[in-house]
Amino acid sequence: MTDPSFPAPGRICVPCRLAAIGAVVLAMAGGFAYVAGWLTPQRLTTHRIINAFEADNGSHPGFRRNHAKGVCVSGYFDSNGNASALSSAGVFAPGLTPVIGRFAIPGGNPSAPDTSVPIRSLALMFTQHDGEQWRTGMNSVPVFPVHTPEQFYQQLVAARPDPATGKPDPATLKAFNAANPETKPFQAWVKGHPPSSSFANGAYYSVNAFRFVDANGQARAVRWAMVPETPFAPITDAQKSARDFLDADLAQHLQDGPLRWHLIVTVAAPGDPTDDATQMWPDGRQQIDAGTLVIEHETSQDDGPCRDVNFDPTVLPAGIKTSDDPLLAARSAAYSVSYNRRTREEALNPNLHHPQPNGDRS
Amino acid sequence: MTPTHTHFSPLQRLLHWTMALLILTMLFIGIGMVATVSHAHATLIAIHRPLGIAILLLVLLRIGARLKRGSPPLPDDMPAPQRVVARLSHLVLYALMLAMPLIGWAMLSAEGYPVTLFGGVHLPAIVPHDVALFAVLRALHTYLALALFLTVLGHLAAALFHGLIRRDGVFSSMARGARRA
Repeated sequence: MTDPSFPAPGRICVPCRLAAIGAVVLAMAGGFAYVAGWLTPQRLTTHRIINAFEADNGSHPGFRRNHAKGVCVSGYFDSNGNASALSSAGVFAPGLTPVIGRFAIPGGNPSAPDTSVPIRSLALMFTQHDGEQWRTGMNSVPVFPVHTPEQFYQQLVAARPDPATGKPDPATLKAFNAANPETKPFQAWVKGHPPSSSFANGAYYSVNAFRFVDANGQARAVRWAMVPETPFAPITDAQKSARDFLDADLAQHLQDGPLRWHLIVTVAAPGDPTDDATQMWPDGRQQIDAGTLVIEHETSQDDGPCRDVNFDPTVLPAGIKTSDDPLLAARSAAYSVSYNRRTREEALNPNLHHPQPNGDRS
Repeated sequence: MTPTHTHFSPLQRLLHWTMALLILTMLFIGIGMVATVSHAHATLIAIHRPLGIAILLLVLLRIGARLKRGSPPLPDDMPAPQRVVARLSHLVLYALMLAMPLIGWAMLSAEGYPVTLFGGVHLPAIVPHDVALFAVLRALHTYLALALFLTVLGHLAAALFHGLIRRDGVFSSMARGARRA
């Protein structure tokens, strides 16, 4: 080698330099471990949220960790072009966009009775002609019970079943609600609105705020809702004592023809909170009917087209952006962990046909 | 015949140090974004995809530069086992630098996720939508990332060992150009 610097050996402190090298390597490894969360087990991570779901609901390999019980649907969105002034997304140009969706109920147990929660959900994936996608997960309640991922985790912990009764301890839940007054609007809404008798006649809300960006780059905060053409009817007494009625009811409706919802976009006024899913926006905001969601078919989630879709609400086409709502990033991050776990379970056990201990189909 | 150089070419050095920075950034972003529930998640993911594609393009260029120009010979007095480790570790580094972005791209394809770079610019799927394939690729992406991080740490330690203790010119062959006589 032509390198000129070969000082006499022994002039350097070899142990000092070895220690310096070790320090550099250790600092880097330590930084990596810190970012990964390995050094701070108390920090809230995606893994801890999904672990909490598993602790609350038990092990159900191959199923989503939340909204585990559901059914695949498919159809299309027929845009009327009204929202294209607000968002440059291809889905809002006049015309049809194919849609894959999933009706479900919240909770991590795929064989829970339909009456276990007063909420239904609708998740959709729009695939634009340019290949971009819009994925959204909506609930039949327009507000969320908690404001932050940390509160969400605490709520999961509070809802953990008592080993003695197999059910969450009402006192613990009550204490959680008392300590978190943000839950009040959600509870008030649920109290004042009975669950729908069907997936078909419920409205589904984006819950979180998003931003629509127009062709000039101007962004506006929005929320959206799918509002059914089928008139709302509350759950019947017969349904209240049934385990499973939502799936069969949907199949019945679809035998009579496609079901339609209108995509109603609500535009925030200045000052409306965009980072707080526990708060509704006041009445009187500008609303736009952007077009019609037409659901034509339903399929079991065991092998339907929605099974392998992670309805990550941050998968958005150009023209739609996330808001500053802290729940959105957490939803995306946690859904991903749920998806990774259930697809791994599917891969490790290709014969996983979702056996239902109670004989019910999910 | 290929002439023997004592130092890496300016292009090779530029590629090496740029990629060193990008790959370390990428590893920290990757391990952080899968754990965090904060707003950082969205930002980190938005950086992770285009940065991965940038690294893929750079590694292709780098492999070309390496094949064309080669590398300076290792010092004559380096023990044979160390030479073997040096050669192998570089092969592993090149293989992982190439594999990681491809696996990431394939993994999103198998998941049916849009591979968005920025705005509406997205890449086509390179494998079919298949969750069993996704599960394999997703696990590989994590394990190989950890393997890459460990190899990078070993590479860093070895480079510093050459530069600070052996002082045999191996470190300076990448740190600077040859001194003019």
